[in-house]
Amino acid sequence: MSTLEQMYQQVILDHAKHPVGRGLVDAPADEGHLAGESHQVNPTCGDEVTLRVDVTPEGAVAGVSWEGQGCSISQASVSVMTSLVQGVPLSEVERLDGLFHDLMSSRGKGLDDDDAEDALGDATAFTGVSQYPARIKCALLGWAALKDSLARSGALATS
Amino acid sequence: MTTTAAVRPDESGSLTTSELAAVRADFPLLERTVRGGRPLVYLDSAATSQKPQVVLDTEVDFYEERNAAVHRGAHQLAEEATEAFEQARAAVAAFVGADEGEIVWQPGATAAINVVAYAFSNATLGRGGEAAAPFRLAPGDEIVVTEAEHHANLVPWQELCARTGAVLRWIPVGDDGRLDLTDLGTIVTERTKVLAFGHVSNVTGAIAPVETLVAAARRVGALTVLDACQSVPNLPVSFHELGVDFAAFSGHKMLGPTGVGALYGRRELLEAMPPTLTGGSMVEVVTMESTTYAPPPQRFEAGTQMVAQAVGMGCAAQYLGELGMEGVLRHEQELAAEMLKIADIPGVRVIGPLDTADRLAVVSFVVDGVHAHDVGQVLDDKGIAVRVGHHCAQPLHRRFGVAATARASASVYTTVEEVAAFREALAGVRAFFGAE
Ligand SMILES: Cc1ncc(COP(=O)(O)O)c(C=O)c1O
Repeated sequence: MSTLEQMYQQVILDHAKHPVGRGLVDAPADEGHLAGESHQVNPTCGDEVTLRVDVTPEGAVAGVSWEGQGCSISQASVSVMTSLVQGVPLSEVERLDGLFHDLMSSRGKGLDDDDAEDALGDATAFTGVSQYPARIKCALLGWAALKDSLARSGALATS
Repeated sequence: MTTTAAVRPDESGSLTTSELAAVRADFPLLERTVRGGRPLVYLDSAATSQKPQVVLDTEVDFYEERNAAVHRGAHQLAEEATEAFEQARAAVAAFVGADEGEIVWQPGATAAINVVAYAFSNATLGRGGEAAAPFRLAPGDEIVVTEAEHHANLVPWQELCARTGAVLRWIPVGDDGRLDLTDLGTIVTERTKVLAFGHVSNVTGAIAPVETLVAAARRVGALTVLDACQSVPNLPVSFHELGVDFAAFSGHKMLGPTGVGALYGRRELLEAMPPTLTGGSMVEVVTMESTTYAPPPQRFEAGTQMVAQAVGMGCAAQYLGELGMEGVLRHEQELAAEMLKIADIPGVRVIGPLDTADRLAVVSFVVDGVHAHDVGQVLDDKGIAVRVGHHCAQPLHRRFGVAATARASASVYTTVEEVAAFREALAGVRAFFGAE
């Protein structure tokens, strides 16, 4: 596989074409739920994402919805992340966020840790992206939006 | 001094194949390979050009043989450094049709435009006295730019308006990517104090109708500021003939070093203009209470200057001058025609004029169903370097309803074969992403 094909894995192309969670959903007014929204921009290439998160009273992700425009890497990454964090407790979301950042700094080598890669699931498909310094921030855009929207929801303070 | 290129375009046309080969041999970087041994196809010269060996040598030679502070010191090295610095100014002035005293060294075009914008606010605050009256703004005054501007020729004017209460207006861009002058008469009016516009768009490649715009500004007594970043490297430019009041351009886009550029100002205007950066080297008499300023250009060259880079930029101007800008322009036009053939590739849409009249080889485009960043990545895999993004012109991209484009741009060393390789790679992009 060429490095280009390593970057544009089929999983990534599929998610870019058929994104999960795309289309902002109004936060449900369910009792005890917390909601947050974040808008993130990558000014160098104009990638944008607006992301909403809904957190259960128990401190798990009830749902993520988003709207965005940008390259296939940024859009696929938000999509993969959306499926990955569905129903996941916030402490685990934080761990996944850390693992994904580690993956993005791995310069194409991956995490060399089966548990970690299992936890990241489809998100490990972005390993190839970490060989292209200019594209890493594309892959991280959605994760930044999730982190920020969680902070804005107030859920991090209470969990 | 090392000698500059001996190649010249023939009288009638563009650069011949052998001349182009000789030009390419002058640029060491063009020999390198990228992405696993592929020959580099550098189509990002509008962002920054590559440098001929003679420019690199001239800069090194300055450090090895002449390095000293300029315009001060009584020793021989200081004399030689000053001479090299001032000869470079003369070379740049001759290249752009200006007098030596009308060329002010600046770190680049961005800095140069800011110097003029801040001169207006300083004059508005009363600095520069009566002489600075042409730079004074009053409530209700207007500054006119165009929708096609690089942020460097837009944001400084927005900021000037915010500081002074002047109002920013702009000339719109038509669907063909050229300035729409339909309402020029109601946009440039008696209230207009500045008309700032780009000579050649760094996105569409369109050449602006300078004569018409200068005439419109003159009619109402407004000053003109030309962003000449993309024109000076690629076509014959004479600021005196164009009749503009100010112009800005960067060394690094015209085969010269980074960190240096120039502001051109008509002599009377530079003499009347208050300084922006103040400090050493730009003064006459300094007391604890106040300071009188040196005449231009020194008045606008505060602090230690980028001497080696300026000397390199002078060399670059000479290199281009010897190559002959008429031939360079024809070469550009030939490459523009080759680049515009991408419009025939299914799913490719060019942003900007599709005809070769009044445009250069700067071609921005979108590929249906594939983001510009992804387009750039696939081209890069074939060794083809293009720029992706908004190219520091967000309003122009918004005008065309796109967030980002990919852009191919040429310089003197670009070949028709390189453009053909680019077209071929581009034709495969949609298939790679499975775009229908
Ligand atoms: C049309 C135009 N204007 C201004 C600039 C700014 O030049 P610099 O970044 O060298 O100051 C550029 C280059 O990016 C340009 O293409």
